[in-house]
Amino acid sequence: MGPAPALPAPGASEKELRAGRVPPLRRLAARPELGSLLGAVVLFAVFFAAAEPFRQAGSLATVLYAASTIGIMAVGVALLMIGGEFDLSAGVAVVTASLATGMTAYQFNLNVWAAAGISLALALLIGFLNGLILVRTGLPSFLVTLSVFLMLQGLNIAVTKLVTGSVSSRSIADMDGFDSVRAVFASSVPVLGTEVRITVLWWLLFTALATWVLLRTRAGNWIYAVGGSADGARAVGVPVAKVKIGLFMTVGFFAWFSGMHLIAASGGVQQSGEGVGNELLYIMAAVVGGCLLTGGYGTVVGAAIGAFIYGMTKQGIVYAGWDNNWVMFFVGAMLLLAVVVNSWFRSRAGGRR
Amino acid sequence: MLRRRPAPALAVLAAALVAAAGCSSQGGRQAEEERAADAPALTIAMITHQAPGDTFWDLVRSGAEDAAAKNGATLEYSSDPEAAKQATLIRTAIDKDVDGIAVTFAKPDALQGAVDEAAEAGIPVVGLNSGIEYWQEAGLIEFFGMEERLAGEAFGDRLDEEGAEKALCVIHEQGNVGLEERCEGLEEAFGGDVDRLNVDGASMPDVSSSITSRLQEDDEVDYVATLGAPFAMTAIDAVAATGSEAAVATFDTNEEAIRAIADGDLEWAVDQQPYLQGYMAVEGLWLHVANGNTLGGGTRPVLTGPSFIDAGNVDEVAEHAAGGTR
Repeated sequence: MGPAPALPAPGASEKELRAGRVPPLRRLAARPELGSLLGAVVLFAVFFAAAEPFRQAGSLATVLYAASTIGIMAVGVALLMIGGEFDLSAGVAVVTASLATGMTAYQFNLNVWAAAGISLALALLIGFLNGLILVRTGLPSFLVTLSVFLMLQGLNIAVTKLVTGSVSSRSIADMDGFDSVRAVFASSVPVLGTEVRITVLWWLLFTALATWVLLRTRAGNWIYAVGGSADGARAVGVPVAKVKIGLFMTVGFFAWFSGMHLIAASGGVQQSGEGVGNELLYIMAAVVGGCLLTGGYGTVVGAAIGAFIYGMTKQGIVYAGWDNNWVMFFVGAMLLLAVVVNSWFRSRAGGRR
Repeated sequence: MLRRRPAPALAVLAAALVAAAGCSSQGGRQAEEERAADAPALTIAMITHQAPGDTFWDLVRSGAEDAAAKNGATLEYSSDPEAAKQATLIRTAIDKDVDGIAVTFAKPDALQGAVDEAAEAGIPVVGLNSGIEYWQEAGLIEFFGMEERLAGEAFGDRLDEEGAEKALCVIHEQGNVGLEERCEGLEEAFGGDVDRLNVDGASMPDVSSSITSRLQEDDEVDYVATLGAPFAMTAIDAVAATGSEAAVATFDTNEEAIRAIADGDLEWAVDQQPYLQGYMAVEGLWLHVANGNTLGGGTRPVLTGPSFIDAGNVDEVAEHAAGGTR
């Protein structure tokens, strides 16, 4: 991925750009994901040295799997953050999608793929409503999505209890279409002699796709423009409202995808109380990867590295035999470090912010 | 020990002296240490669905650690309340090629894949605490725990004995099947009315205010049943704050709960003996790997409860609770 054609390489100064000569090292230092890349390399080296089991290919597959479960959502969340908004409802929306698939399939005796379609529509609708409320009210996305997050959390449990009489959806593992759903969303594929979970491949594909959209399409330019300055973007004719609603619906799509993985991996049984707190992990991955909270800056590749750092920390501590209680401390420390390093590089590179 | 049986200690000392001075090529301490090194130094992974900071799991974990220490094994404890993440932790343990895995089987469907992978890798898996209905079908070799519904029924019967008329069942974690089963068991066995109250167990102020407002609104409640010991402590305060006559009883125990029983603030606690669950899971795995034994024969769970702690036996239990093992 090179720099965006229509946008300046993030961080390069106007003068350098006009002169058409950005020194290569400087260009590297100006990349939003540099801090996270360095962090990932250091962390990998530490665990490689400290934890003998970490060195096996199978372990790397497990780390990548843990990263992918956060990383797939982080693709959507990073796009949204580049577009200048937040989505706090993303964590529970995943479980909503999973529950919707499980319960519609079971209650209406549907083929699991049909239920998945209904669930997709619902997930997109949630994203659409998030975006619509935001655009119509002009409220900060923090507040809008916080409200939706809390409502979904309540709905997940209340509706599940109403429909199934218990707090989890019923098993749909023996229903038509489940096997192929499982093959698509939760199988393992051999890669170079190691069983790799399919979500890892999807994660890489989505990251590549989103990067292409950001850097090579008009929509990508719009996203950067809307996140950088919504008013400025509007002035030059960018459909700001549509872009924002579209971004929330993109998050909705990835929430559906992650939800499908959850339901497929758990044999069709989804606990209704889960997902809370994961939204912050997605945001964490995007921010570690160089996305700014203010929008207009960042990459999806960075978010993927952020998710990888999370997966490495979370599993690496177990591989090293260290006390599991410390995981979140290290995740937080990585976040702080990455943010500080990112901001230092930005200022050193004479960035725009 | 040294005073009572000097002979072995002296022999070791003498052997050590010989080994040091004359460099005996066999026997003595060197041989003993080598033998110790040959004994299987097992690594056992315990992976639970613990939410951070619940005293219950400290007891499970210290039981597991004591059993590991006694057997010269290494215990690697990890946890995650989300089923998918717990499954990933099991895969991590498989990657590490540990000698045995103990899991809490609270969300059987989500863990099945990882458990199958462990079986393929030839790693024995035992269950503890949750999943008593599913462990055998899932291919776990042993199970240590309590039947949640039975515990709920025992609690309900006890309420009848005490002449209670209306009980409040306080669920501190919405969506936890085990907790729901306790309430269901209680409802089935108890002759009086039962109301459920959902509270946010991660926030004690919420637990307290929810119970308080419920008691203020409904003065017929004469028993508050909490499903975890930390919530019983909060319930006692909440009851006192409203001036209600309701008594408090709980599932599970910790040190404070036992003190409260001794002080008469808490009526009883249904004990599933978490220390024993952790201890036996590790012990069971160790025996299986080192000696080929299977506790329960692979067909029966090993029950660790329900037992009651009340004014009648609290003194005995309190002694051990102070040491952090009950």
